[in-house]
Amino acid sequence: MVEISPLIKAITNRDSRAIARAITFVEDGDRQADLILTGLDPVLIEKATVIGITGPPGAGKSTLTDKLISQYRNQNERIGVIAIDPSSPISGGAILGDRIRMMKHALDNDVVMRSMATRGRLGGLCGAAGATARIMAGSGCSTIIIETVGVGQSEMDIIRLADITALVVAPGLGDDIQAMKAGLLEVADLLVVNKADCPGAEALAMDMETVAREKPPLADNLARVCLTVATEGRGIKELSEALARIDYLQRQGDEHVRRRQQARTMEVLDWSLEMLRPGLQDLINRHDVLETGDPRLLAAEIIKELMNH
Amino acid sequence: MSDHPKYKAWQENLLKKSLDRFPERKPEFTNHGGREIPRLAVPDTIDAKYLDQLAFPGQYPFTRGVQPTMHRGRLWTMRQYAGFSTAAESNKRYRYLLDQGTTGLSIAFDLPTQIGYDSDDPMSCGEVGKVGVAIDSLADMEALFDRIPLDQVSTSMTINSPAIVLLAMYVAVAEKQGVSPEKLKGTIQNDVLKEYVARGTYIFPPRPSLRIITDIFQWCAGNIPTFNTISISGYHIREAGSTAIQEVAFTLANGCTYVQAALDAGLEIDVFARRLAFFFNASSNLLEEVAKFRAARRLWARLMKDRFGATSPASQMLRFHTQTAGHTLTAQQIDNNIVRVTIQALSAVLGGTQSLHTNSRDEALSLPTEASVMTALRTQQIIAHESGVAETIDPLAGSYYIEQLTDSIEKGALELVNTIDESGGVVAAIEGGFIQRQIENASYDYQQEIEKGERLIVGVNKFQVDEDCRPSLLKIDPTVEQQQVSNLAKVKANRNNERVALALAGLAKAADSDDNLMEPILTAVREYATLGEICNILRKVFGEYRDKG
Amino acid sequence: MGVNERKKRVLIAKPGLDGHDRGAKFIARALRDGGFEVIYTGIRRTPEEIAAAAVQEDVAAIGLSSLSGGHNRLFPAVIEALAKINGSDIQVLGGGVIPTEDIPALKEAGIREIFTPGTPIEIIIQSFQEACDLHYRHRSA
Repeated sequence: MVEISPLIKAITNRDSRAIARAITFVEDGDRQADLILTGLDPVLIEKATVIGITGPPGAGKSTLTDKLISQYRNQNERIGVIAIDPSSPISGGAILGDRIRMMKHALDNDVVMRSMATRGRLGGLCGAAGATARIMAGSGCSTIIIETVGVGQSEMDIIRLADITALVVAPGLGDDIQAMKAGLLEVADLLVVNKADCPGAEALAMDMETVAREKPPLADNLARVCLTVATEGRGIKELSEALARIDYLQRQGDEHVRRRQQARTMEVLDWSLEMLRPGLQDLINRHDVLETGDPRLLAAEIIKELMNH
Repeated sequence: MSDHPKYKAWQENLLKKSLDRFPERKPEFTNHGGREIPRLAVPDTIDAKYLDQLAFPGQYPFTRGVQPTMHRGRLWTMRQYAGFSTAAESNKRYRYLLDQGTTGLSIAFDLPTQIGYDSDDPMSCGEVGKVGVAIDSLADMEALFDRIPLDQVSTSMTINSPAIVLLAMYVAVAEKQGVSPEKLKGTIQNDVLKEYVARGTYIFPPRPSLRIITDIFQWCAGNIPTFNTISISGYHIREAGSTAIQEVAFTLANGCTYVQAALDAGLEIDVFARRLAFFFNASSNLLEEVAKFRAARRLWARLMKDRFGATSPASQMLRFHTQTAGHTLTAQQIDNNIVRVTIQALSAVLGGTQSLHTNSRDEALSLPTEASVMTALRTQQIIAHESGVAETIDPLAGSYYIEQLTDSIEKGALELVNTIDESGGVVAAIEGGFIQRQIENASYDYQQEIEKGERLIVGVNKFQVDEDCRPSLLKIDPTVEQQQVSNLAKVKANRNNERVALALAGLAKAADSDDNLMEPILTAVREYATLGEICNILRKVFGEYRDKG
Repeated sequence: MGVNERKKRVLIAKPGLDGHDRGAKFIARALRDGGFEVIYTGIRRTPEEIAAAAVQEDVAAIGLSSLSGGHNRLFPAVIEALAKINGSDIQVLGGGVIPTEDIPALKEAGIREIFTPGTPIEIIIQSFQEACDLHYRHRSA
């Protein structure tokens, strides 16, 4: 057993080993996580801003994140990065390669980075990512970036953890972006057209402007579409300024609190479902599922049984 | 024997001209018993399909070879890639190889040199002199070619991102030897695109890299007209695990990208295209490899003619160097590797290669010893002088299987080239990771077949033996790094540092403009500015590339 | 996957300058297919970068690959870098073109296993499994 209070102290002291170990407890659903999480400084957690960066594969999210890290570091901010990649549904393993493009920050103790696999679970991922962001905040990170591929429901949920969401697109990705319009475009606060020097970028930017106008603005003349060439670092400063402005406006009004409530609600639901699973499984195992009629009926019965306990 | 008018025309024009200028190696080629070996076997009836798909050697689309007499006129260049440790040690190995009958030098540089770091850079730690020779400044290059007159050898340099710097050093050494630049013969690899997908020695992002390459094309056309300015390489793509079709497709797609970049920079196609060379892998599937070389030649000729409107035959010809496949060598029962290399080398010769490197038996374990290198060279000499395959041109042509396979590789490769074009070209395909993923998947499948025993590798997953004898391996002197670092310090102490600073400032200015970079780099190397100093100037202006994983 | 189940996390890295990542990528994929979470850091990493990434990712083991002959310097340098940042409990394994006579010194320096060309992938996966088990046993002790 690791003693918890020294661990919390070490997290506060920005010890990267302690931070990493705490995240592992959270990720593995270890009970020690509860103690750590209750010991973190709530003021730091409240002050930190969580930025979600999502978009289709090939849009340049990792490179963009890498450049944003540099931007925040120039402003002397300590920054956390959670990079989420899918697990293999067959083996449960994963290759987590997002660090490749961010390795130049590897020796910077004020860049806390963690790769996280989706682990194919129905619940728990949101909770794990949310708790990881709080551990990073508790260690003094003022901005935490959650980077994830914008496909699939669980990734969508993760994005809802963020205070601000930026959707990254790039010309030449075609159908992926079309398919995305329905879901992600709605949750995005900022649309980033990366690879803005490539053919098709202008048309894409205009397209994005049209989409952006469909949402009520937080304030007049607030940029909703940013153009970047991440490989060359162009547009990164403007992007970070736009993010800061949105954060400011949200905190001025009640939007910030509303989003935190939404995120917490989702995390609670996520953990609840995850914690219920083993108990539910036990209850189901008590029945002969081939004899109990339609699965839906058995489910309703089990829930009723559960509620009455 | 066919008496088709096109065949006659070939004999009376192309062939005759060639024979008049360059007589064949022997007055007559006969087998034991005195029967004549025909120069070129052709079908009894030459039809339109034959003329379209095969034609005659030295003639579009060059399926049967790029010269009218091929290996009867001149054998391929036996070029053994070598280099290790310090320049002085490598110089000894080169002079040994020349004494043993190699006909061209092939310089291997160590990784710091290939990535533009000096030996005293922290990034170079542990790597100095390991996989090739360490070159920090002109002083090392002078030692490398000591007592090797540069007007009498052809030198191939495996150098890519900093090729312009090493070429400048080569030219400067020639100046010191009193050899005028137009007499220089050789090749720089200079193929950066494949570094991003297969070999990993990139420095700058793709766009500025392409600019450096076109600067080289331009400068060489005016100054060292017979130097091959690039060696567009499928070798490493195949080593990284690609299929034969992918090797052809990605290589030729890269080739098209360089041609387009040069055209965009305002160069004339028939001026630079004749200096493009290629470099392929010879793997163990003998017949597939022969077909691959033939298909690559034909496809390139067609791409050059149809896409780029190249009219000169010299611009349409795919001339290539071959190296046997390093990835097929096994650490188990290493003598088996000699047999593998023989089969692979044979495919290259049957496929009409212009030059060849044969790997040594111990290369799965370390750099080769001198004895292993000799066996590898002897393998080529046996194929050349004893096997008889070099005495008749394109001997496998007309085999139903070989022709079918040639057609299908050409078709498959063209489809892949078109796919890349449609998705925005090679640079976009690299940046999006498309090419990397294709290679990675092919590699993974291949290795899985071996792991599962579906593909047999003799001595590895079948016919294993217990081996306890350890072959004697080449050891790199561990003090090389210190020697190199202290030599570098001496060079820096003895040069005129003001002039170096001035030259480097001039380079920075040129890099920021559209000026050709070759002259400012030449000026800098003459002042003994180091490779690392020059590359750092360019890093500042161009930025650095990071891989996609 | 249920609560409290421990996931095996490993990091695959190429120290030094050599860009031949065919083997490293194959092993990364094979480990993924064996149920591991594999952090892949790409080519040309310094020992310090590799150690720092391994600690941040809280992995149980690191797999190093080198084909350029730099292993005698680079592999022990990773062990030293780990020690400096309190990460000595992370197991280190290595592979590549490594002459047999170099192996004892590398093991002496703290490299748990060395894989030479032709080692079957099951053996490599098994070794990572054992390295992870050992690490996690220490962790919960």
